[in-house]
Formats: sequence, C-alpha cells, structure tokens
Amino acid sequence: MNEILEQIIQERILILDGAMGTMIQGYHLEEEDFRKEIFKSHPKPLKGNNDLLSITRPDVVKEIHRKYLEAGADIIETNTFSGTTIAQADYDMQSAVYDINFLSAKIAKEEADRMTALTPEKPRFVAGAVGPTNRTASISPDVNDPGFRAITFDELADAYGFQIRALLDGGVDIILIETIFDTLNAKAALFATQTVFEERGREWPVIVSGTITDNSGRTLTGQTTEAFLISISHAPIFAVGLNCALGAKELRPYLQIMAKESPFYVCVYPNAGLPNEFGGYDQDACTMSHEIEEFLELQLVNIVGGCCGTTPEHIKSIAKVAANYKPRPLLQTIVE
Amino acid sequence: MNQEYYLKLSGLEPLIVTPQTNFVNVGERTNVTGSKVFLRMIKEERFEDALSVALEQVRGGAQVLDINMDEGMIDGKAAMVKFLRLVMSEPEICRIPIMIDSSKWEIIEEGLKNVQGKCIVNSISLKAGEEEFIHQAKLCKKYGAAVVVMAFDEQGQADTFERRIEICKRSYDVLVEKVHFHPGDIIFDPNIFPVATGIEEHRDNAINFFRATKWIRENLPGALVSGGVSNVSFSFRGNNTVREAMHAVFLYHGIQHGMNMGIVNPAMLEVYDEVDKTLLEYVEDVMLNRRDDATERLLEYAENIKGNSKKEVVSEEWRSRTVEERLTHALVKGIVDYIELDVEEARQQYDAPLSIIEGPLMDGMNVVGDLFGSGKMFLPQVVKSARVMKKAVAYLLPFMEDSVDGQSKKAGKILLATVKGDVHDIGKNIVGVVLSCNNYEIIDLGVMVPCEKLLEVAVQEQVDVVGVSGLITPSLDEMVFVAKEMERKGMKIPLLIGGATTSKIHTAVKIEPQYQQPVVHVMDASKSVGVVSSLLSDNLRENFIQQTKADYAEMRERHKGKKVIKSYITLEEAQKNAIHLDWENYTPPVPKKLGVYSFDDYSIAELSEYIDWTPFFSAWELHGKFPEILTDKVVGEAASKLYADALEILNKIINEKWLTAKGVYGLFPANSIGDDILIHHEGKDIVLHHLRQQNKKGEGLPNNCLSDFIAPQSSGKQDYIGAFAVTAGIGIEKYLKIFEDNLDDYNRIILKALADRLAEAFAERLHQRVRKEFWGYVSNEDLDNEALIREKYQGIRPAPGYPACPVHLEKSTLFEILQATEKAEIVLTEGMAMVPTAAVSGWYFSHPESKYFGVGKIGKDQVEDYARRIGQSFEYTERWLASSLNYDI
Repeated sequence: MNEILEQIIQERILILDGAMGTMIQGYHLEEEDFRKEIFKSHPKPLKGNNDLLSITRPDVVKEIHRKYLEAGADIIETNTFSGTTIAQADYDMQSAVYDINFLSAKIAKEEADRMTALTPEKPRFVAGAVGPTNRTASISPDVNDPGFRAITFDELADAYGFQIRALLDGGVDIILIETIFDTLNAKAALFATQTVFEERGREWPVIVSGTITDNSGRTLTGQTTEAFLISISHAPIFAVGLNCALGAKELRPYLQIMAKESPFYVCVYPNAGLPNEFGGYDQDACTMSHEIEEFLELQLVNIVGGCCGTTPEHIKSIAKVAANYKPRPLLQTIVE
Repeated sequence: MNQEYYLKLSGLEPLIVTPQTNFVNVGERTNVTGSKVFLRMIKEERFEDALSVALEQVRGGAQVLDINMDEGMIDGKAAMVKFLRLVMSEPEICRIPIMIDSSKWEIIEEGLKNVQGKCIVNSISLKAGEEEFIHQAKLCKKYGAAVVVMAFDEQGQADTFERRIEICKRSYDVLVEKVHFHPGDIIFDPNIFPVATGIEEHRDNAINFFRATKWIRENLPGALVSGGVSNVSFSFRGNNTVREAMHAVFLYHGIQHGMNMGIVNPAMLEVYDEVDKTLLEYVEDVMLNRRDDATERLLEYAENIKGNSKKEVVSEEWRSRTVEERLTHALVKGIVDYIELDVEEARQQYDAPLSIIEGPLMDGMNVVGDLFGSGKMFLPQVVKSARVMKKAVAYLLPFMEDSVDGQSKKAGKILLATVKGDVHDIGKNIVGVVLSCNNYEIIDLGVMVPCEKLLEVAVQEQVDVVGVSGLITPSLDEMVFVAKEMERKGMKIPLLIGGATTSKIHTAVKIEPQYQQPVVHVMDASKSVGVVSSLLSDNLRENFIQQTKADYAEMRERHKGKKVIKSYITLEEAQKNAIHLDWENYTPPVPKKLGVYSFDDYSIAELSEYIDWTPFFSAWELHGKFPEILTDKVVGEAASKLYADALEILNKIINEKWLTAKGVYGLFPANSIGDDILIHHEGKDIVLHHLRQQNKKGEGLPNNCLSDFIAPQSSGKQDYIGAFAVTAGIGIEKYLKIFEDNLDDYNRIILKALADRLAEAFAERLHQRVRKEFWGYVSNEDLDNEALIREKYQGIRPAPGYPACPVHLEKSTLFEILQATEKAEIVLTEGMAMVPTAAVSGWYFSHPESKYFGVGKIGKDQVEDYARRIGQSFEYTERWLASSLNYDI
C-alpha cells in the first residue's frame, strides 16, 4: 500500500480531479488530431476516441492534467476510461490498448511528479481510471432472450487484467474502478485486480466507485447502494464511493448510506448538476461546491472531486471549500 | 460482538444477519435433487416454469434462494448458468441473495461468475483434504461469496457431537488463519440426519445437531449455523402434516440453540404454536429422544392422519369461503377462472340477478375502488378486476329479462369520445374501464367522433357527463369547438377534458370560458372517479364546481400576467440569430442510394428488441423508468405483473403473426432556402415549410429552425434529407375485436399500447439502419437499446406535430413524397392523425450539430410569412398554428 497516501487521508480531505471528456471537447479536436501519423490509415473514424489522445495528442492531455493539478487536485485520473480491449473494439483499436494505458499513466505521473516537486508538502497521486466498458454482464441486450449475455465474466476479467497491468507498468499509484453500473462487471474488475496483485506480489490502493442512475437510488442493474457496497466489500479496497449520473444534491442520500455503512474511506465525484435538455451540464463551480459543502459539514467524505461537466474551476472551488473541513473518520474496524 | 462479524449478503437489496435476526429462510424448491417437479422442468428445458417455482419461493417468504442443478442426466454447469441468468432478469426474484448449491466445484465457480450480488456457496469441506479446501475457500473469497462448510473431512461425514465440533473447529481455524476468511462469512452445516428411522443410533440425531450448533455459536466467533431441515423428517415422506410439524419443532429447538438459517420450503412452514398439541408432544418426544416408544407412538399417530399439503390449503383456501367472499376475492385479485361458477351459485341463492350485481359484485368493486383510491392497487390490477366484473355481469344478463332492460342501478351515465380528426384512445379506454369499475354506465362512441354526433347522443341518452379526449394538437381546437357548441345548444351537463395533449392551463384559458356549465380537465384515469363523483353528488357538487371555477379563473389571470413577461423578437431578428454552421468546411454525407424504399413485412421479433418500455408503463399510469420500475417499492409488483402479461401478448404477436409492420423511407437531395427546405425528387421540387423559434434568447443562443441543419442553396454544397413513415398496427383490428367481444379490456389495452411501442421501435430501428446502412453516414455506431432511447446517436428524426416542427399539415407533404398510404397502408385523417394509430413519421437530418428543440410560441409576423409560403389564407394558417401562437385569437 501507499504509506504517504494512508497518512495524508487521515489528516485531510483529498481532492480528485474533474472531467476529462468535457475539457477535451473545449479543444475542438478533429479527426486528424485523433489519427496523426500513427493511425493515419486506420479504416474506421477515430474522432471521439478520447483515450487515443494520450498517444496522438499527449500535449492536450498533459495540459488538462496540469490545469487540474494547479486547481488543487491531489489525485488525477489517467485518460483511460475506455482503455479496455472491449471498449476499444468499437474503434477496432484493441491493438492500441497497452499503449493507451501505459502512456496515459506515464503522462499523468510526469505531471503529478512535476507538481509534487514544486510543492513537496502536498504530494500528488495518479489514479489509473478503469471504466465500466460498454457491455454488461448482468443484463441481456435481447428482450426475447433474457438468458443471453453480450459479455462474460471471464472476458471482462481478461480485459480488465490487461488494462490494469499496463496502468501499473506506466506508474499509477492507485487503481480506480469507476462509473459502475453493473456490479458484476465491477466484480470481474476486482477479480482481475486481485490476480494482478498476486502476480506482482504487492498491493496498490483500490478505489471503487458506483453509479446510481436515477432517483430510484439504484444502479442500472437494480442494486441499492447498500447492496452494491456489500457485493464488492470482499476485495482489498482503499476507498469506495459514487460518481456520475447525478449532481451533488441528488447524490446526497445515497452518499449518506455509503458513509454510514462503508468500512472503507469514502469517495464522491458528482456531475456538475443534472444534464440540461441538450445533454450538457450547466451547474457552475460556486453552486456545485456549495452543494458539496453539505457533504463536508456532515463529514461524509474522504475524497471529493467532479465527474461529467466539471472543470478546473469547479475543482478549485471544491478544493477551497474542502480545506475548511475535517475528513470522515474511518469506521472502527477489527484488528486481525 | 463487533458489527464487522455480521454476515452481509446481497441480491438487488441487502440482507444482513445480525444477532437480532431471528432466522433466515433459504428457499429449497429450486433444487433438482430435492424436487422431482423442478428436475423435470429443467430436463425438459421449461425454464419459464422453473422461474415461477423460484418466484413462489420468494413470495412464500424465502430470504435466500438455494439453486442446485446436480443431476447425472443434465449438464449441471450449463443449467446453472442458464437458470441464474434468467433469475437475474427477474427483479422480484433476484431481489434476494442466491445460494449456489453444488457438490461440483466447477458448477459453483461458473455460478459465481453470473451473479452480481454477494452469494453463499453451498458447500465446501475438508472432504478432499486441506489443500483443496484452501484453494476453494480462497477463490470464494476472491469472487466475494460467503460459504457453507459441511462437517465433513477426509474420514467422512460427522455423525456424532464430537466429530462435528472437531471438524468445524479445524475448518474454522484453517479459514480464519490461513485464508483470512471473514468469520461472519462462514456458515457451518453440521449435518441434519433423519430421526424416527427405527435405527437405534439415529435416536440422538437431532439432539447432536442442536448441541453442535450451540457449541459452534459459542466457540467459533462470528460463524453461523445452517442446515437442510427436510432431512430430519425423511422417514415420514408422503405425510406432510407430520413432516411440517417435525420441521416446526426442529426449527424451534434449533433456533433456541443458535441455528441462524435453514434450507426449507418457506411456503410449507408450520408455526410451532399452531401444531396440534398431541402431535406436538409426540414429535418432541422423538426429536428430543424423551421416551423409548416415541417413534412407535408417532408412527401410529401418523397412520391416522392423512397427509394433506399446507400449500394447497394456502393457495385455494379462498375457495372454501362463502360465495360473497369468493366473489369479492375474485374481483380484488382479478381472477376470472371461477367467476361464472360462483355467479351461478349466487344466482341459485339470490332472488334476482340484479341483487347479485347490486349486492356482492358491487361490494367487491367498492373494495377495488377504495384500494385504488388509497394507492394500494394500481391501474393494471383495476382493469383486471373490471374484466372479472364484466364477465360476471355478462353471465347474468340473459337471466335478467324481467328487470328494466337488464340494467342495474348505476351511479351515472357517462359519454366518452375521442374528438373528430383524432384516433388515439388508449387513455380514453382506461378512463372508461375505471369509471365502469365504479358503477358508472359508459357509452363510448369511439374515435373521430364529430361534434354533432357527440351532442346528439348526449341528448338522446340523457347522459350525466360528457368526456372528450385527444392526443394530437388539432384536437385542442376541436375541444374548444365542442364547448362552444354545448353552450350554443344550451346544454346543462358537465364537460370533461382529457388526453395527453390537453392541460389544465389550456382548459382554463381556452375551453372553460366557452361554456357556462362545469368544464374540468382530468389529469389521468385515476382522477376521473373523484371528479365525476363530485360532479354528480348532491352534497359535493356546488362546492367542487365553485372551487374549480375559481381555480381556473386564477390560472387565467396568472397566464395573462405571464404573457407580458415573456418577450419575443420579430421573425426577421430571429432569422438573423439563426445558428451558423460552418458549411464551407463541411461535406454533407451522400446517401448510399437515393429514392424511396419500402418494407412490406418487417420482422416484429427484431423490432421487439428496440422497444422502449418506460412509456408503456406510463400509459398505465405506472410512472418510473424501466426496468427499475419492476422492483419499485410501491408499484413494482403491479408493474412486474403487467410486464409479464405484456410479454405474453408480445410473444403471440410475434409467433402467431397478429400484426404486420410496414414502413417506407426515402432519401433525397435537398438544400435550405431561408426557413424552407427544397427537395428534389423524380424531377420535381417539393418544399418543406418550417417554423423558427421567436422567443428572445440568451447571449450566444440561436433561434432555431430545422432548415438551419440543411446546407443552404447559397453554400453551393449539395445536402440531403430523409423521410419515413412506419406502422406496426396492420391487422390489429381483428384482435382488438376479439378482446372486446371477450370483455377483456385489460388485454385490449395491452395490445394497443404494445402496437404503439412497436411502431416507435420500428422508427428507432429504421433510423439506426438509415444511419448505418442506407444513408450510411456512420458505420461504427454500436449503441445498445438504452443508448438509443437516450438519443446518443448523430442526427435527428423530428416528427411533424411535435415540438421541433409543430405544424401537422406538413404530414401531407411527407405522405405525398413517400406515397406512404400506398406503400405502408397508413392513412391520414382530415385532422392529420395517422391510422393505424400505431404509426410514426418524420424527417431525417444527418448533420452532427442537428438537435431537437421546441419551436415554442411564434408571433403574428411569422404566421403571415408562413401563410404566404404555403399559399393559404391567414385565417386558415392561423387555425393550424393555433397551439403555437404567442397571442390569443
């Protein structure tokens, strides 16, 4: 485990960075930016495959990392949300998966280390982002055949294992399994994580973050927050929490359940409010940090950041507020 | 004890076993080794039936579901996976945690890979040595499961107290110290063996289990105790009364000794206190080995009682009640199976058929009405109840020649109709059913009812209330017209307004002022009973009318105030503030093939994969997102039943070919000229006319018009547009009629709503194929149904009559260019509604920036401009744009 991280998280609330996708959109990149020389003759369009930019436009990814670090993030996420062979199959880009993860981790680590050198009293960490993939192991995509599955546990575990090895090779400090809409996918990711840890003979901190899809308070596959927590608690977890789909205000009731029941540190990074009718996010930094302040007053969190629609401005504002509050104390655990 | 030692399990919901938890039932019937019936279902691959066994267990009170597929004749691994996956798709079942039960490790491991919640593995043991035990325990931990550990080691199964505790202690130490297993995740099964077998050594079998249980709970911190309870009564197979008593006694003492859970048939659990006192004594003598002749006495006693199953008593118990109670039960539960039998029995007892209707049947419907009113029943259930009522009344009708035209005393007569020009009637039918459930007589004139006809019947039949409904916007004007006509004829009865396009504000501002008698907007079917009963009640009437009038007057006032605040710009200003797309650097994608193409018989099975179910439930006033709605705390049960019934109809639609889906689409060269779009097709120029937003926008926000998404002629670039019209309703009339003749509103409404969903699914699927194949501007899109529903694709398909192009008139242009009536058998009514109603039509735009928007209200200047563009009079145009005007006519 990471001793420095273990120590700091007991002292203060850690700040996670904000959205990568929304920031990339701001650069108005074109097909050409995604291809560059290396993928020049790739048969499929690549625009929108943001993870590729770590290979083709590392300058953009670096700059976004830098902005978040300057805004006060303690932890930045690698640009690898879709960095599995499963998600990259949409673009026929499975062969680039190792490079995506390795290079994304390396870029983020360089930026984090540069910032740590400037302010050694505030060390920065890199979390390797492991997304949910675009397939679900618990639901059939075919209404007439509810027993059908478009992906299996083993296929998921293989793909996740491959991604996690590359992220660790690239130097990440933390593994972040995020935006979990199907707990079975997450369990496959955790299975793979444990396998990789066994291979390497050591463990890294793991953060697991679920997604409550709407005000039913459940994941896409129907689990309540508490059922989700119970389903993943067997794994060696550093922190658990919620991200995406809802704004801070809407997430609060589920975060409270998490904070009450979790034997691990608690992490939350909501969207910038609910999407508007065009699917964009309008909540400004001030409103969002104000809503987050309610979490802090209740001592619900140890790690806080932003998901869809958040910008360095949001993170800066959240960091400023979080500095005034104490972290959530860890529930009493048994000593083995 | 530290809370970290609790056993925590999960399905969709958590199950935490704390010291306060009395006892956890594990449902045992989904086990091929324990149930011949279940085994046969699995062998014959009747998985639907197998699922219903699981559901029965959950409904019977199982808190964990044991699943076992260990049988030589079946592929256990495949059966386990298949059944688990099906269970995972039934929220009512997978709400609870699963116990994966097998003696084969590979079946267990495969099972663990298919369940998202935290399971119990049943079981592992030291039977094949410590190494194997550790290996399996480590994997259980890695997958995240609790384990049942059998008291079994290399020497064999433990059958004495000493062997039991020795093996359990050793297993516990290995698990906790070597595997670092969470102690709360360890559940021991210290082996339940039969008693009363006649074999001397078996006399202490139950006692030894109890003693071992107590020892484990006291000496192995955190660990729990479970067992397969039905083993204990093995010698009394076939005598369920005795077996149930034995289980009750065994559990009672087991729990006293610390047993936490047991594998049982929860639907067959007898309560200890309710066991016959003599039987109880005999069973306890056996269980606790209290008398030498205990076994003989119990056997003798058992000879004298015929084993009858508790289960049958439970499910059919209501059949033994009085005929009145049976009628009420059938009505509340919506059971049609015995209704004619029961009504006939009542007829023998009652003096006249009418007394049955006004007596027990109405009493039953009142119960339904009360439950519905208090939110304890939901619409689909009420409609099922109505089906039972209709059948009962239909049975009695032939016997009622004496009474006045066979009608009983009704609470009032209601006339319902969908207005002229409109053909949508699902909501109206539901209102009719709900009102008839509440003892109102309903006269339903159907769809496209002209005002004269409506009012003529109202007078002739001396109805008490008129209700009109409509879905498309032109219907709003027709409703205003109905109100005006009722005023002109000096009618004295209330007018109810309903339907998806209507609103309280429209009713208050536009309709209510036209008619001096009460005009009330009825939000949904569940509100209709309250409104009608208030209107027809001598006591409530005045008050209700006054309140409604005051309410509407206030809304009108507020509406006036609001109009001043919202500001509009001129059409010219709006046009200047159009979105400016960069046409210079954009090449519009060229369709693979231009022209018009049609599908005569599109696969409904394929379309069914694209159904968006959420609106289906909304049509039934069950609000919530699919599939979460199926597990919703409040409406989940009603929604799940409805869903199951709908899937049944859907299967028939597909397998028996009830419906035919036809569709047509076209892709054409097009360019925009101002707010118009010019299409070239077969040498002709066709012009589409669109409206532009005119409300004042914030900084940087454009005033949108659909034509902005097509390259302007002046750009010199050739752009394209698509058009489509699809229906899934061909052939529906025949089956609607069958349901109607069978007095089955429930299935009639399901069928209609499903046809609507299939038409929408067709639109979704066709759009996808247009994007990927026919126009082919995206080739790599791979969206699942959820993403399609959320419109995550490039391009839009706005439909005439909907917010982005609100003018219904455009449909005639659309139909003309596609020849939709000839090619897809869809007809337009004069009000521009499509028949069959299960139909969708619209335009395709491909530009990546194209998006849906609402035109909102427009000014007089745009109405004038539009009239000029379509070459019609200002008044004609104004009438068609009525719902979009920012001023009052």
